[in-house]
Amino acid sequence: MHEIYEFDWSSIPGALPYLMHGMVISLEITASAVIFGIVWGTLLAMMRLSSISPLSWFAAGYVNLFRSIPLVMVLLWFFLIIPHLLETIFGFPRGTDLRFGSAIAGFALFEAAYYAEIIRAGIQSVPKGQISAANALGMTYGQGMWLVVLPQAFRNMVPLLLTQAIILFQDTSLVYVSALADFFGAAYKVGDRDGRLVEMLLFAGAVYFIICFAFSQLVRYYQKKLKVA
Amino acid sequence: MGYHWNWGVFLQPSATGSDTYLGWMISGVEMTVALSLSAWVIALLLGAVVGVLRTVPSNVLSGFARAYVELFRNIPLLVQLFIWYFVLPELLPVSLGNAYKQSNPVVQQFLSAMLCLALFTSARVAEQVRSGINSLPRGQKNAALAIGFTLPQTYRYVMLPMAFRLIVPPLTSEFLNILKNSAVCSTIGLLELTAQGRQLLDYTAQPYESFIAVTLAYLLLNTVVMFGMRWVEARMRVPGYIGSK
Amino acid sequence: MIIIDNVSKRYGDFQVLTDCTTKVGKGEVVVVCGPSGSGKSTLIKCVNGLEPFHRGEIKVNGVSVGDPKTVLAKLRAHVGMVFQNFELFPHMTIMENLTVAQLKVLGREKAEAEERGKQLLDRVGLGAQALKYPGQLSGGQQQRVAIARALAMDPVCMLFDEPTSALDPEMINEVLDVMTELAQEGMTMMCVTHEMGFARRVAHRVVFMDHGCIVEDDAKEAFFAHPSSERARQFLAKILHH
Repeated sequence: MHEIYEFDWSSIPGALPYLMHGMVISLEITASAVIFGIVWGTLLAMMRLSSISPLSWFAAGYVNLFRSIPLVMVLLWFFLIIPHLLETIFGFPRGTDLRFGSAIAGFALFEAAYYAEIIRAGIQSVPKGQISAANALGMTYGQGMWLVVLPQAFRNMVPLLLTQAIILFQDTSLVYVSALADFFGAAYKVGDRDGRLVEMLLFAGAVYFIICFAFSQLVRYYQKKLKVA
Repeated sequence: MGYHWNWGVFLQPSATGSDTYLGWMISGVEMTVALSLSAWVIALLLGAVVGVLRTVPSNVLSGFARAYVELFRNIPLLVQLFIWYFVLPELLPVSLGNAYKQSNPVVQQFLSAMLCLALFTSARVAEQVRSGINSLPRGQKNAALAIGFTLPQTYRYVMLPMAFRLIVPPLTSEFLNILKNSAVCSTIGLLELTAQGRQLLDYTAQPYESFIAVTLAYLLLNTVVMFGMRWVEARMRVPGYIGSK
Repeated sequence: MIIIDNVSKRYGDFQVLTDCTTKVGKGEVVVVCGPSGSGKSTLIKCVNGLEPFHRGEIKVNGVSVGDPKTVLAKLRAHVGMVFQNFELFPHMTIMENLTVAQLKVLGREKAEAEERGKQLLDRVGLGAQALKYPGQLSGGQQQRVAIARALAMDPVCMLFDEPTSALDPEMINEVLDVMTELAQEGMTMMCVTHEMGFARRVAHRVVFMDHGCIVEDDAKEAFFAHPSSERARQFLAKILHH
């Protein structure tokens, strides 16, 4: 009996294609949730800032609701409850695999609440005079928003939006609760199968670290450039 | 659509005996709160130390602090949790590892979960502490040094008390995060609120009631924390400083 | 050109404007002055509907500003406005600042818009700066660009809201020179400003406001020679003795 754990990394090479496939799923979920989250988040932010009270109440309620619930809980809703609900309403055949779609919908709706707050702060960081100036030139509210306010707001927000994307990428590992084989799910399954959970978990951690660290350094570099300009 | 709503289910005795299903929920809430609070205390202390280290004029110390922050920030919480729970006991010397593995499973789960949440959050607290310190006017540090404080005294008496007051709002949201992040710990079988929700769903066959109740419980916890921290914020306000009245 | 008839406005309980009546004829230059908080900036912002008002009527070129049927964007396209803080769009080059509204509001062709932009930049003496960004120009230069941006829309009249009060003293004259030239060419102008030298040189009339009311509305010569109200006398005494 050895006093010290002996590492055995031999299950990794053979599992690489499977792990790669898992990584593609992680990235797909991240990308679609980022895009949808930003679009829906922008709309929510504009509603929240709008002078039409029902819109602004709706947006505030939505954002506060999703920001108060754990992501795991939201995902469980989307894996366990919503598919069931959709089956009853739309009559999908039982057992249709809605997990991937559910995962994306869950992440997107959840992240939109976080994006909405970032974007709202971004819009508010643009001085009020800019909208007056746009109006004084005869632009409509929509033109002023689209041509003048949002471009400036987004420029200020890019680092925050990207940082949120890194967090989202890390959070995709939580689809584990649905047994969907994203990168982490794949690594866990391989480790479990080969009795090499220790190595696979450390490997997964290292891969996430390298990707997230590299990307966050890029964001930081971009942020510095932005400050100089 | 033919669903049979039954909110009375919470008052029925649970499948395993003595307790009611409502009792399950309450014990879930207790576990979530205990886990979050204990992790929060450790995170604040560690975060304060690491955050201060990031600002000290020593490359070795600030480099170490930066590595600490980057490590815990760039690995998903779930992966960290699994490493604490599955990997760490294996890496301990065998005798110690075996003793640990033979201890009460709930204790194992709770310890792993607490350490995981604490260190994960401490990295984020450290960043807040650092930005709080950096946002203080430069003259503060010089003024403190000029009246004869050593550097540690300067931190202890001048910079930290002010920095902590400035970062109460972001620390509030970090506490809310710990509360939400604790749900991840349901994956290692710790029976906190989310895990109780899944159990409820399995045992009662009333999925909507179970999940709505758990979701509402989280909303309630959030609200309580927000009001609590608002009170703290109001008490700690520095007269005449930004944001004070 | 601009008719302001009995205009009143409040913020909650606070009366910002009370029964203001004045007008600016075609080709006329009217300077609006008064102590800070007197409502002069609010009044000028009512003229192009940036601030709503509760009572009274404002007509610009025959179009009623307060009428809900009026398309404000259309009206504003022909009323130039220059702001205290310039409000150039920082994410666009100087040339883009000058052309964006021509393209998107007036629907001009790009070449035409740029031609017009170039012409106006030369005119305010900044032809060489077309490709720079607002942040790279001095305050005075930015304000001249802002004037050019407003002129690019071929406005029927121009509104100036304290155009020099955010500027360092040495930059004030370069902006006033552009405004003076504009006045001499016969542009209809309503200017909120404390620059009494400018008022003496080019204004036809001076409107003096205090506490949301128009206290004096006189020909320039009369206003400077013997203001009829005590408040205007005090105001002039303070401003001119510096």
